Amino acid sequence: MAKVSLTVNGKNVEKDVEDRTLLVQFLREDVNLTGAHIGCDTSQCGACVVHVDGKAVKSCTMLAAQASGCEVTTIEGLSGGGDLHPVQAAFREHHGLQCGFCTPGMIMAATDIIKRHGTKLDEATVRAELEGNICRCTGYHNIVKAILDAASKMDGAAKVAAE
Amino acid sequence: MGIEGIGARVARKEDKRFITGKGRYTDDMVVAGMKHSVFVRSPHAHAKIKKVDTEAAEKMPGVIGILNGQQLADDGIGNIICGWMIHSKDGSPMNMGAWRPLAQDTVRYVGDAVLIVVADTKAQARDAAEACIVEYEELDIVTQPDKALADGAPQIHPEAKNNLIFDWGLGDEEATDKALASAAHITEMDIVNNRLVPNAMEPRAALGIYDDAEDHYTCYTTSQNPHVARLVMSAFYNVAPENKLRVIAPDVGGGFGSKIYIYPEEIVCLWASKRTGVPVKWTADRTESFLTDAHGRDHITKVKMGFDANNNIVGLKVDTIANLGAYMSLFSSATPTYLYATLLSGQYNIPAIYGNVRAVYTNTAPVDAYRGAGRPEATYLLERTMETAARELGVDPAELRRQNFIREFPHQTPVIMNYDAGDFEVSLDAAMKQIDYAGFAKRKKEAESRGKLRGIGMSCYIEACGIAPSQAVGSLGAGVGLWESAEVRVNAVGTIEVLTGSHSHGQGHETTFAQLVCERFGVPMDSVSIVHGDTDKVQMGMGTYGSRSGAVGMSAIMKALDKVEMKAKKIAAHLLEADEADIEIENGELKVAGTDKSVPWFQMALGAYTAHNLPDGMEPGLKEGAFYDPANFTFPAGCYICEVEVDPDTGTTKIIDFVAADDFGNIINPMIVEGQVHGGVAQGIGQALMEGTYYDPDSGQLLTASYMDYQMPRAEDLPNFQLSTSVTECPHNPLGIKGCGEAGAIGSPPAVINAITNAIDNNDLTMPATPQAVWTALHNKGGSRDDKNQFDRHITKAAK
Repeated sequence: MAKVSLTVNGKNVEKDVEDRTLLVQFLREDVNLTGAHIGCDTSQCGACVVHVDGKAVKSCTMLAAQASGCEVTTIEGLSGGGDLHPVQAAFREHHGLQCGFCTPGMIMAATDIIKRHGTKLDEATVRAELEGNICRCTGYHNIVKAILDAASKMDGAAKVAAE
Repeated sequence: MGIEGIGARVARKEDKRFITGKGRYTDDMVVAGMKHSVFVRSPHAHAKIKKVDTEAAEKMPGVIGILNGQQLADDGIGNIICGWMIHSKDGSPMNMGAWRPLAQDTVRYVGDAVLIVVADTKAQARDAAEACIVEYEELDIVTQPDKALADGAPQIHPEAKNNLIFDWGLGDEEATDKALASAAHITEMDIVNNRLVPNAMEPRAALGIYDDAEDHYTCYTTSQNPHVARLVMSAFYNVAPENKLRVIAPDVGGGFGSKIYIYPEEIVCLWASKRTGVPVKWTADRTESFLTDAHGRDHITKVKMGFDANNNIVGLKVDTIANLGAYMSLFSSATPTYLYATLLSGQYNIPAIYGNVRAVYTNTAPVDAYRGAGRPEATYLLERTMETAARELGVDPAELRRQNFIREFPHQTPVIMNYDAGDFEVSLDAAMKQIDYAGFAKRKKEAESRGKLRGIGMSCYIEACGIAPSQAVGSLGAGVGLWESAEVRVNAVGTIEVLTGSHSHGQGHETTFAQLVCERFGVPMDSVSIVHGDTDKVQMGMGTYGSRSGAVGMSAIMKALDKVEMKAKKIAAHLLEADEADIEIENGELKVAGTDKSVPWFQMALGAYTAHNLPDGMEPGLKEGAFYDPANFTFPAGCYICEVEVDPDTGTTKIIDFVAADDFGNIINPMIVEGQVHGGVAQGIGQALMEGTYYDPDSGQLLTASYMDYQMPRAEDLPNFQLSTSVTECPHNPLGIKGCGEAGAIGSPPAVINAITNAIDNNDLTMPATPQAVWTALHNKGGSRDDKNQFDRHITKAAK
């Protein structure tokens, strides 16, 4: 057994878990946060993406023990308790989801993409960056649209905040 | 139309929970005392079970029980059934072999369930499953449908000699042969429709809960039709009578057909819950999904299409072998027959058609309906043949199609279907204009200057949605009626709950169904809730597949709304001392036409429940139900055009442009309809370019059993899609709607392949058109296709 101590969505969590427990299992079963989903066994689908110390990580590729001491943000904590995060709002506005299963991972990956590319984000980059996130419902058309729109709105908001 | 009524682009009510991680899928469910299970599955494609030894496994940490097929049989749990009877041409009923939920003597495909292991944690169940010893005696196997029919092929079920399930025909063979004999030109094609794995992103799951005190079962499951699941589990599998079995399909992460069927796992979890005394959850991992979800397509077909001297089609003859896998899944017999051969007329006037279908067993996963179900197979062969014929005849493919279009409706085809409305030329013209068909030659030349091969291809599809008139499908062998039910409950404060037998697993019913109510009563969307997916809440329903939730499910809601409206007007007329015929409902008020007299909707509703002042003899309350049985199928149709560039050095295909012009009849929410087309087209492009399902022909192992091996379309593989719609109304349902769920997956594969074969000037190409397949076709013109397929498979294997 491993003692795991980490911050999840701003709250301290401390648990004893089996050594082999993956971060996604820990979040879903021990912390009861079921927003991160398990869609594959090979780290291809991206339904489980969360932020670990501010970076998008597939939580099925990491042991819970490896995340000890880290700050983890899941889809449930993305908006920080406020209204929807701009990426969440854009997915809704542009119909970037259908069954909703890949959506939490898509949104967590998208916020990371926007953070890394900022104003330089274009359609080709979004499509290339989504390589690790599979959606079977939307054909990605509206997901790409939502991410580009969120990026431009977040950039606008950042400029307003800076002024 | 109001801002939330019919035709409005209303953002989805259900989205909030999904974008905040609060969706509730089956694997998210936790109940008191719940334990976890893992299935021990056959590693062999065909074998006798010689011995099962679970002694050591049973002593492992956390293990609660390990159960087998004999115990299941002892408890009287029945075989898994196919719900549609097909008779062969000679009148004999289909040859269905037994499918036990847990195999007892023989396993017939890799993944066949043998044991269930229940333990405190999933990891413990997995450890114990690995310690279970099952000794097998391997038998000869066959995975390819044509080889399964050959003399001396391994016999998979004793009931099906030479693995033949049925040899079925539709149409007039004699008339077709005569028409072809008189033809001035015949185009012949060998068509393979590749096997696909549906791959809903949420893996299948089940949670079985037995309540000893009440002798009652509850099943949470990833189902597109929980009521059908309850019916089948009660009537055929002997799990529990309907009044003691509750089936709940909560949020379901995509289905595409694969979650219609009732699989061994949900039956076994329910039974195991009673046997072990604990709630039992099972969730598939992805490889388990690849191995055991019902696959789609897998046809081999010979096509002959005849034309007269003026290029009019005179006849079509089709001979198909359909691979149904190791067992007959719930709708598996209907998919390659009545959902396939009935669409062989396409959009064309064809005086004589004959389709022959031989369905066969092989040592592969069961095959059943996957997005489109039979209609993609019909469309693919027709539209590749039309394109090929145009090339052979030296005419423009668009004009050959146009010349042969059906123009008068209703139109009775030679293969059962009676098309009731359509205007195929409108879609063709819209698509040609949007892609600038006339400007293609110039674009091709420009691409040449960059060393790229540019191609254009089209596909004109028609499909049959809104399955289906119960009496008609009953006469064709269906075991169930295919109506839908709805109940509209107006609460005392005027809020409205709509209970529906349809099930939403991505289609947005909570929004579109509510739009019907907003349109009708002018109430805000917030005051309307859609209730579905729970057999304790909704009495009965037939579920969601084949775009039936709009054409059939919404029609049932419309019928119930009619009844509610009638009673509401009676109450309002009484309150306002007016004539019932003068009452109008607008913006949440019931008004006397031409006066300023009105009563708010909520006040009328309150009146219905206080019952202080109702018309004489009227029952209190405001709640109405309806069943709707459609008069016909609906017939969405359209034209898709694809433009590609092939890199001759690598064989890589890039989709430059994809245009979809559809006629879905009237549209409730265009945003949701567009989303359905995007997703369908993406799946069709996936089939055309990358999704290949390969079984090793020697061992029967599924070589493409993970996302490392089975290529799912990624964002970078797809273009932005250009969509447009036109409307001919469906004449027989109250909304004039047809359905949009499958169109994309039906219309797109032939458009893509026609474009690639146009680009490389070689028609000898099978799906998936991987870079290697395209490169080979480009550089090996005239070579044998069988050689190339073998090459493809060996390369695929070697690359691993």
